[in-house]
Amino acid sequence: MNEPVTLITGCRKGIGRFLAEHYVAQGHLVFGCSRKPSDFQAPNYRHFCLDVANESEVRPLFSAIRKHTGRLDHLINNAGIASMNHALLTPMTTVRAIFETNVAGTFLFCREAAKIMKTASFGRIVNFISVASPLNLEGEAVYAASKSAVQTLTQILAREFAPFGITVNAVGPNPVLTDLIGGVPNEKINQILQRQAIVRMGSAEDVLNVINFFLKQESSMITSQSLFLGGIC
Amino acid sequence: MKQKIKQIVLDCCTERNEIAELKIDVALEESAPLFGVDGVLDSIDLVSLIIAIEQAIEDELGIIVTLADARAASRENTPFKTIGTLVDYATLRVQQQEQVHE
Ligand SMILES: NC(=O)c1ccc[n+]([C@@H]2O[C@H](COP(=O)([O-])OP(=O)(O)OC[C@H]3O[C@@H](n4cnc5c(N)ncnc54)[C@H](OP(=O)(O)O)[C@@H]3O)[C@@H](O)[C@H]2O)c1
Repeated sequence: MNEPVTLITGCRKGIGRFLAEHYVAQGHLVFGCSRKPSDFQAPNYRHFCLDVANESEVRPLFSAIRKHTGRLDHLINNAGIASMNHALLTPMTTVRAIFETNVAGTFLFCREAAKIMKTASFGRIVNFISVASPLNLEGEAVYAASKSAVQTLTQILAREFAPFGITVNAVGPNPVLTDLIGGVPNEKINQILQRQAIVRMGSAEDVLNVINFFLKQESSMITSQSLFLGGIC
Repeated sequence: MKQKIKQIVLDCCTERNEIAELKIDVALEESAPLFGVDGVLDSIDLVSLIIAIEQAIEDELGIIVTLADARAASRENTPFKTIGTLVDYATLRVQQQEQVHE
């Protein structure tokens, strides 16, 4: 069994779904997950229904990967949630939910993936951050803070996992039309686009391009990096 | 249960010794120092050993257990001081896990 083994979180819809379909078409053995069931089916695709932040649901997924393949080459930590709201109108339940999924979920998957990747002394982890952090977007305080936390996790895990041959990097998309930003008014999106060097919406293909670069065998010297799309600084 | 876990830990230590320069003195059994003042493991070695034990417990006993512990890095209080303390600690975690599933 020589095909790459790729785990993608949050692939029922949106960018994660696009990535799952892409890597399945490339012949990877893809493990995917989301809270709700997925209607995507393929012989080399397995879907698990779980919450990425729930340890007792997540551990059996990693057991299944270890039993089935004995290895894991790539982890793409795509699952994420957002909430657009003025800070004064943001309930604590939202704050906790965002940090649970975006930060705790990402951490848990990194930790469990590294345990398997370590055996082969090879692994590629890609986390998801967002332009919301460097742009300090109003209305996204909690979401942006959670993504800053993921950026810091990426940098420190890159150091901790480097002795095991595992790289950890992050991709930060600019706005991509998915349900995640469905509730954001057009005017607000336009304002964000105006702050980019390249003034257009992002696409799942743009995100894929960055991930492909991080996953490459030749990218063994690339770790701890955050790459934002659209020309943000 | 404790006996089974002790055997798993001893096997994992022996397996680790095959590729490591500084050997764990497996012949001392429970009193063999692992991590801390007299320990032979550095923190990366410890991480590798703990993961190997977690995976072996999962494979041999079918129980998914996390041996991570907030005291892991403390050199005085660590549950990973000797093979004996590690076996006790792993047994406790396995029992806790079994209770959750009952
Ligand atoms: N779209 C953008 O403009 C944009 C910009 C910057 C960064 N991003 C980042 O890109 C990533 C993907 O976003 P997207 O736009 O594709 O979002 P999306 O369309 O809302 O999809 C999110 C996916 O994650 C899953 N998910 C959410 N919470 C989960 C949880 N707790 N456990 C398991 N799965 C969960 C969802 O499935 P279930 O509902 O079934 O769980 C869904 O498949 C996110 O990390 C996001 O922050 C997006």
